[in-house]
Amino acid sequence: MQSLADNLAHQPARGVRDRVLAQAPWGVALLVALVVHFVLGPVLGPYWSQVATQAAIAVMLAVSLNIVNGYTGQFSIGHAGFAAVGGFTGAAVSYYGALALWGGATKQEGFLVPGEWLMVGGSLLGAVLAAGLGYIVGLPALRLRGDYLAIVTLGFGEIVRVLLQISGPQLFEADDLRSSGFKQWFPPPLGGAQGFTGVPTYASLFWVGLFAALVCIVAYRIKFSSPGRALLSSREDEIAARAMGVNLARYKVRAFVLAAALAGLAGGLYAHTGVVMQPREAGFIKSFEIIIFVVLGGLGSISGVVLAAIGLTVLPEILRDPQRLIEAWGLLAAVGVLATVGGVAMRRSGSRWAPLAVGLGATALGLLAVALVASGANALMRSATGDPQANIGKYRMIFYSLMLIGAMLLRPQGLMGVREVWDHFRRARPAPGRPGGAAT
Amino acid sequence: MPLLEVKNLSVAYGAIKALHGVDLSVEQGQILTLIGCNGAGKTTTLRAISGMVRPSAGQVLLDGKPVTGLKPHEIVRLGMSHCPEGRGIFANLTVDENLALGAFMRRDHAAVNQDRQRVFTLFPRLKERLKQNAGTLSGGEQQMLAIGRALLARPRLLLLDEPSLGLAPQLVQTIFRIITEINQQGVTILLVEQNAHMALNVAHRAVVLETGAVAMSGDAKALASSDEVKKAYLGHG
Repeated sequence: MQSLADNLAHQPARGVRDRVLAQAPWGVALLVALVVHFVLGPVLGPYWSQVATQAAIAVMLAVSLNIVNGYTGQFSIGHAGFAAVGGFTGAAVSYYGALALWGGATKQEGFLVPGEWLMVGGSLLGAVLAAGLGYIVGLPALRLRGDYLAIVTLGFGEIVRVLLQISGPQLFEADDLRSSGFKQWFPPPLGGAQGFTGVPTYASLFWVGLFAALVCIVAYRIKFSSPGRALLSSREDEIAARAMGVNLARYKVRAFVLAAALAGLAGGLYAHTGVVMQPREAGFIKSFEIIIFVVLGGLGSISGVVLAAIGLTVLPEILRDPQRLIEAWGLLAAVGVLATVGGVAMRRSGSRWAPLAVGLGATALGLLAVALVASGANALMRSATGDPQANIGKYRMIFYSLMLIGAMLLRPQGLMGVREVWDHFRRARPAPGRPGGAAT
Repeated sequence: MPLLEVKNLSVAYGAIKALHGVDLSVEQGQILTLIGCNGAGKTTTLRAISGMVRPSAGQVLLDGKPVTGLKPHEIVRLGMSHCPEGRGIFANLTVDENLALGAFMRRDHAAVNQDRQRVFTLFPRLKERLKQNAGTLSGGEQQMLAIGRALLARPRLLLLDEPSLGLAPQLVQTIFRIITEINQQGVTILLVEQNAHMALNVAHRAVVLETGAVAMSGDAKALASSDEVKKAYLGHG
């Protein structure tokens, strides 16, 4: 990152070329989405593509919550409520829209088919609705701090959940939709406790990749802008922030509304991944999953929460069937040892890439440990039960939780602390008491 | 007309009255120091002036216009900058980001850049540590950052709340020298201090607060030599 002075010095003399370059990230996002869709998708196959899709949505949710819980230091536990608002909006627009337009909600095959655009429109509408609710909740709630705000946002999520539970039954046929009157639409036909099914699975890797990248760009641009610094300053010291002339209430509400909107967008896409949309999507258990991403990644660190969201979405899937991981133990051990030893040597010589090597090595060694424990546990279970196919997959959430505990014990400040990955790659500065960075 | 005039200012925290009817005024280009013991109401006075707490009675006038009841960000815009007690630096942000926040209200980037250079002339240390997290600075450097940051709002009136708090004696000397320098560059200063000796030394005028009311006020040199002040605040028998 340039120094702010450089940035300021540049501003008056911004030419056309600079302006075009400044918009380059949007193009990069599109490129990433295309590569993810057309290259990564076929490589991963349908199962892991679905995992990657969920990971991308987790990234959107975590990065958006990070704007509230990370940047401004508030504590919201109603994020899933906003995601659910977007999710059910997107689902309803897509499903009922398809019934009305095409007489049925079967998936249209192909790339960028009209149904996909309906999904995008529905998700954006969901984002707008979530933003509106975010404003209504945020305005009174953000006068509160810490625990009090947490309780208010918790209440909001539960209200959304209960409202979804008492919503009307889903209309499955185009004829039902045509003949529906006020009675069918109040309460809205969102499926009630049964959930909303049959939403076509348009949330391809292209769309989730594109929107995840866009959300990250928005979050990044905010963090390193003047309004973003206002948010960060309110986390650091509220009195000093006010003394700087930051209108705290306004900035907190803005952050909250933006986070709600991005969560709504993520929820809209989520509805199109083949899941049954159920009221519990709005509940606080879902909210806590997102909070775990943010806390584990490092409050305020975009790259940290991205890594945490991806890691924590993929990890349970790896643990579901650890056999492949166990078979790869040799590779993990080799990479782990070489990268760690190399990383330590690189740190001695002051190389800026040392944290990358150490991080890679530690990740490989961590996975190796998981593989060893899993294989040991498998052997134990097989000898105990006499079933040669016995597998710890069923107990994976215990491992997952143990790993969370371990991560928090080793790095209570989160993977990246409040900084970004690349801050750890600055040329090693002889700052006493600060390790070069352990990006694991 | 004084730059800042405070009339009959009263502040209550719930049922507890922290200030009862404080009057003071700061002339353009001068340093006024507000001294007194712990709990005398010095910080509360500053906070009421800069809009952080709402006074229960009284008036604050800047350039003769009332600013009572305005929000802090509106008051900053009018040219008053408050450097809070305990420094209030943003520990997890870099020095650079801290300084940028000082100029948060300003859009005149070229002038901000000039002011940054001015701050670096006053505090060369800050320039060396631009990329460092502010929390890793020493106490003295943090105080320099807090003052530098407040200056970046380009205030006409600078409110300083105990800038010498917790600093080594030699650093206290440096800070007070710099306060004089800032004042000579044309910034009017309202200085809250417990270090009465140093404060009376650099100030033009002084106000002594006792339990939320003005006990004495007048020329700083005259107060410094008055028996009462000597006895109560300067430690001379």
